[in-house]
Amino acid sequence: MLAYVAKRLVLVAPVVLAVALVCFLLVHIAPGDPLVSVLPPDASAELAEQMRRAYGFDRPLPVQFAMWVWNALHGNLGTSIATGRSVVEEVSRAVGNTLRLACVAAFLGFVFGLLFGFLAGYFRGGVIDRLVTTIAITGVSMPHYWLGMVLVIIFSVQLGWLPAVGAGPGGWAWDWEHVTHMILPAVTMSVIPMGLVTRTVRALVGDLLSQEFVLALRAKGLSKVRIFVHVAKNAAPTILAVLGLQLGYLFGGSILIETVFSWPGTGFLLNSAIFQRDLPLLQGTILVLALFFVLLNLVVDILQAAIDPRIKRS
Amino acid sequence: MSAIADDIVRVAVVEKARGYWTDVGRRLVGDPVSVVCAGVLLLIMAGAIFAPYLGLADPYQGSMIRRLRPLGTAGYPLGTDELGRDMLSRLVHGGRLSLLIGLVPVGLAFVIGTTLGIIAGYVGGLLNQAIMRVVDVFYAFPAVLLAIAISGALGAGIVNSVLSLTIIFIPPVVRVAESVTTSVRGLDFVDAARASGAGPLTIMRVHVLGNVLGPIFVYATSLISVCMIFGAGLSFLGLGTKPPEPEWGLMLNTLRTAIYVNPWVAALPGVMIFTVSICFNLLSDGMRSAMDVRD
Repeated sequence: MLAYVAKRLVLVAPVVLAVALVCFLLVHIAPGDPLVSVLPPDASAELAEQMRRAYGFDRPLPVQFAMWVWNALHGNLGTSIATGRSVVEEVSRAVGNTLRLACVAAFLGFVFGLLFGFLAGYFRGGVIDRLVTTIAITGVSMPHYWLGMVLVIIFSVQLGWLPAVGAGPGGWAWDWEHVTHMILPAVTMSVIPMGLVTRTVRALVGDLLSQEFVLALRAKGLSKVRIFVHVAKNAAPTILAVLGLQLGYLFGGSILIETVFSWPGTGFLLNSAIFQRDLPLLQGTILVLALFFVLLNLVVDILQAAIDPRIKRS
Repeated sequence: MSAIADDIVRVAVVEKARGYWTDVGRRLVGDPVSVVCAGVLLLIMAGAIFAPYLGLADPYQGSMIRRLRPLGTAGYPLGTDELGRDMLSRLVHGGRLSLLIGLVPVGLAFVIGTTLGIIAGYVGGLLNQAIMRVVDVFYAFPAVLLAIAISGALGAGIVNSVLSLTIIFIPPVVRVAESVTTSVRGLDFVDAARASGAGPLTIMRVHVLGNVLGPIFVYATSLISVCMIFGAGLSFLGLGTKPPEPEWGLMLNTLRTAIYVNPWVAALPGVMIFTVSICFNLLSDGMRSAMDVRD
C-alpha cells in the first residue's frame, strides 16, 4: 500500500507543474499589456518600463514562470491589483466559505443520490425507477443558477422564509441565523451531484445485480440484506470515484451559485477578479482551486486502492 | 486478389452500416420521449432561425412606461422585461445566440477531439502518450472553472465564450475517441485491411471512422446539454454577449433585480435553457439505447 501511495505521489508532481503552467499562461493569453490595469492611463513610457522591470515582465517567459513557481512555493502569489492585499490573504479568507458550502451541498447531494440510485437499481423498470430517473435527469439538465433564482423567488420573495443573499453577519458560526443563509445555496448546489450520482449508482447496481455472483449468492440462500452488502462492496470503488469528482466540481464550479446568492467564497472572489481585470487574483484563485481538485483526486485514488486490492496490482 | 478481398470487406461494411442505421432510426422513432423532445427542439430552433419573419415585436425596442408587465398582459403574452421590451420576442430571438453557444463548441470539439482521439488510438506509442498526457492536464481542472478562467482572461465576448467552451469539451471527446479506436484497432477486419495493403490513412478513414463515429457522436450529444448550461452561465456572469443582445443567460442576469417586482417574468429565460437542456439530454439517452441494441 505504501509503495502505491508513493507511486501516486510521484505521478502527481508533473500534473501539479502542468496546472501551474496553465494558470501562469492565463495571464499571458489575456489581451493587452498586463500592466494596463495597474498604470494610470497617462503614465510615461519611462514609468511603464520601470514597472515592467519591477514586475519582472521584461524577463523571458520561462524565467518569469520559474520565478512565479518559486514565489508560489513560498506562499506568495502576488498582490491583488484591486485591493492591494496579498492574493494568499484574499483567497484564504474566501476559501473557508466555499469549502463549507460545497461540503454541505455534497452531503445533501450524495445522501439523496445514493438513496435514489440504489432504490432505482434494485427496482429497475418499476414505478420507483421511473420516478427516480425523472428526478435524476431533471437534476442534471437544470441550469443551477436559474434554480437558485427560482428558489429565491419562492422562499425569499413570496414566502419570506429564508434570506436571499449573503452568508449572514460577521464571521461564520453554526448558529440558526447563519444556517438559514446556507439552506438555499446548498440545496441549489446539491441538485447536479444528486442527479449524476443517482444515474451512476442506478446503472452500476443494475449491472452488478445481473452478474453471476449475485445469482450464486441467491442460490446459496443468502438473505437480501447480505446480498445488498455484497453488491454495495462491489459498487464502492466506482461510487467513490464519482463522489470525489463531484466534490471537486462543487469546489471549483461554485462560482455561478456564489454569484446568485452573493456568497462570499472563492467563486465570488473570482467574479470580482474577472470584472476588475485583477489578473494576479484570478491566477491565484484558480491555482488554489485546481490544486484542491488535484489533491482530492489523489485522495480518492488512494482510498479506492485501499478498498479494492485489484487497483494496487495494476 | 487483394483488390477483390478489399472490395468484399468494403461492401460488407457498407451494407451492415446501412442496415444498422436504419434500425437505429426505427427504434428512435418508436420512442415517444425522443420524438417529443426532437419536436420541441425543432420548434425552438425553427423559431430562432426564422425569428425576424414571425411578425414579432422588435426585441430591442423598449419603453419606459411599460416596464416589467406581468404574464398575460394584452399585446405582451409573456410580459415585458426591465426595459419594457417584449419578452416573447426576446425569448424567441434569444434562441439564436443561446443555441449557437450550446451547439458550436460541441460541434468543434467533436471534430477536433475525434481526429486527435483516432490518431492517438490508431497510431499508439509515443504520439498516443503525447496527446493523452496533454489531455490529462485538462482533467486536473473542474471543467466549468477552466471555461470561466479562459473566458475571464480573454475578456467578454461571444467568440471567446465559444473558444473557451470548445477547449473544455475537446479532452473528454479525445478520451472517448481514443478508447473506442484502441478497441477497434485490434479487430480482424482492420488486420485484413492492413494485410490487403491499405495505408494507415485509408484504414483510419474507411475502416476505423465508420465504426467509432457512432459511439463518439452519442457521447458528444450528451455534452450539448452541459454546453447549453455552461454557455448561458458564462453569459449570466457577463462573460458572453453584451446587452442589448437577446440571449437567455444574459437576460436572466439583467432580470435578476426584477425578481422582487415581477418574479415569474424574470424566471422565463431559465425555462428556455432548462427546456432545451433536458430535451437534448433525453434525446441523447434515447439515441444511446437505440444504438446499444445489437443483434
